[in-house]
Amino acid sequence: MSTLTPTAAEPAPRARRRLPSMSWPGLLGLAVLLAWMLAALVGPSLMGQDGSDMGTGDVFARISAQHWLGTDYLGRDMLARVIEGARYTVGVALIATLAASSTGTVLALLAASSAPWLDGTLSRAIDTLTSIPSKMLALIMVAAFGSSLPMLILTAAIIYVPGAYRIARSLAVNINAMDYVVVARTRGEGRLYIMLQEILPNIINPMLADLGLRFVYVVLLLASLSFLGLGVQPPAADWGSLVRENIGALPTGGAAIIAPALAIASLTIAVNLLIDNLPGRAAREGGVH
Amino acid sequence: MNLLILRLIVNRLALALVSLLVVSAVVFTITALLPGDAAQAQLGQEATAESLKALREQMGLNVPAHLRYWEWLSGMVKGNPGLSVVTHTPVADMISSRLPNSVKLAAITAAIAVPLALALGIASAMWRGSWFDRIASSGAVAVVSVPEFLVATLAVLIFAVELRWLPALSYSSSVDSIGQMLRAFAMPVLSLCCVTMAQMMRMTRAAVVDQLRAPYIEMVKLKGASPTRMVLAHALPNAIGPIANAVALSMSYLLGGVIIVETIFNYPGIASLMVDGVSQRDMPLVQTCAMLFCAVYLLLVTLADICSIVANPRLRHR
Repeated sequence: MSTLTPTAAEPAPRARRRLPSMSWPGLLGLAVLLAWMLAALVGPSLMGQDGSDMGTGDVFARISAQHWLGTDYLGRDMLARVIEGARYTVGVALIATLAASSTGTVLALLAASSAPWLDGTLSRAIDTLTSIPSKMLALIMVAAFGSSLPMLILTAAIIYVPGAYRIARSLAVNINAMDYVVVARTRGEGRLYIMLQEILPNIINPMLADLGLRFVYVVLLLASLSFLGLGVQPPAADWGSLVRENIGALPTGGAAIIAPALAIASLTIAVNLLIDNLPGRAAREGGVH
Repeated sequence: MNLLILRLIVNRLALALVSLLVVSAVVFTITALLPGDAAQAQLGQEATAESLKALREQMGLNVPAHLRYWEWLSGMVKGNPGLSVVTHTPVADMISSRLPNSVKLAAITAAIAVPLALALGIASAMWRGSWFDRIASSGAVAVVSVPEFLVATLAVLIFAVELRWLPALSYSSSVDSIGQMLRAFAMPVLSLCCVTMAQMMRMTRAAVVDQLRAPYIEMVKLKGASPTRMVLAHALPNAIGPIANAVALSMSYLLGGVIIVETIFNYPGIASLMVDGVSQRDMPLVQTCAMLFCAVYLLLVTLADICSIVANPRLRHR
């Protein structure tokens, strides 16, 4: 998938970049991201209410002291549902993103430090994957293999390997042409040493920023799949399925549909804010390091 | 137009055809070969060996994979992709009844989104750093970083529920007057426009800003041209390649958006047909829709590349 990097912020002045501190939008993004991760990790055990408890049977209840975010289409507490959903949305997306980015990086390192024919073959093969639109590939995979959690993780990982590979390869090829890598090679170091000791440390920072962006794409893809009813299957629910389940609350504008929608938006916008305000933001433009 | 450009374009078209062929092989492998024995899946656990064998023969599963692929591909090319597994009607008929709806939706969206996005993008590049630019750019970032269904849901919430201007989740098949047509198309088109315009605007702004940083703009400023003239007469002609590229690419994002939007608004287009096909595991239908989408996607991406080839003055005046 080809996406232009946002050009929102002008590059920060040189003097400010040396400071370790981040601007307030970056900190806000970090705080929201950490809060959701914490909710995914320990949230459900801290909650007084169980997400599967039907309660009094009052469906689409308004916001109240008992139900902070109202109730859903079966009368379940919405806050508990959203926090349980965080586990699926954040967890599944995080695993898939880590898998995609690390696979992409390893393949890119291999391609950059290997013979041209291997590089060429690998790049061609991965380019072919990008000529299928991401949602289309996801639909085909779900049609063929169903939508169990491992399959969803694998599908998202496969879809986002090419993007990570392309960026990592373009960075790695530049580093590979540096004098110190030539020296290391002349010195007789093996390919593995060059990949891991010479190239990897120099591309890891931009790759981490890219990981954040890719995480956003994966969250959006999985939420869209769940919204179509092809992602996480009931009774489990991620935020996409929560929006789908409670679409009945739309005509009344109930909290049941607004809460999961806001949760998705807050997570993805927070990650975008965080990446845009990373201390070494120039890394994101690629190559400058 | 000269020979060099022609050669580049022919190369690009050939590459697109090869990609489409490889894509068809990938689609066929994922949907037909990897999931295992379709006959076994259809008959379940209690299938006897004889009935399995009979069904396999009927479905043509005893033929080697490469022959099946060839059969499948030639059927696709001839416009005869076979029968739906669920409804037992020809897939071609199902698609041809839905396709005009989707094309209409996409055409209306493009007609509205492209001029508006270009105008917004150029305007925010001209007034870089102003409040207008900040609002437009951060709005675009916000729309890009939330899923399409959220944009559509919010649009329903605002325009149908709060303001009561438009009908919510409905589509009437009998469209008699222009007024009815407007009402039927308004919500889907509005949601799709938001999604595609954000990308297009960002890319247009980036292309124009990129040109404004070039040394010749300094010269234009020194000779005393007004800012409007500087952007419209000097920067814009040079940015036309990247902008055309951006438009074609954004139209390919429309393909992703259309899947969600058609499903939400219950719009009888080809994308909602495919989503139904996926949930019913109707493989022939899914394969055909997937190939159709991939072909359009490749066409748009190729068009984007050709635009930047044709618009490159270094190639034109050689």
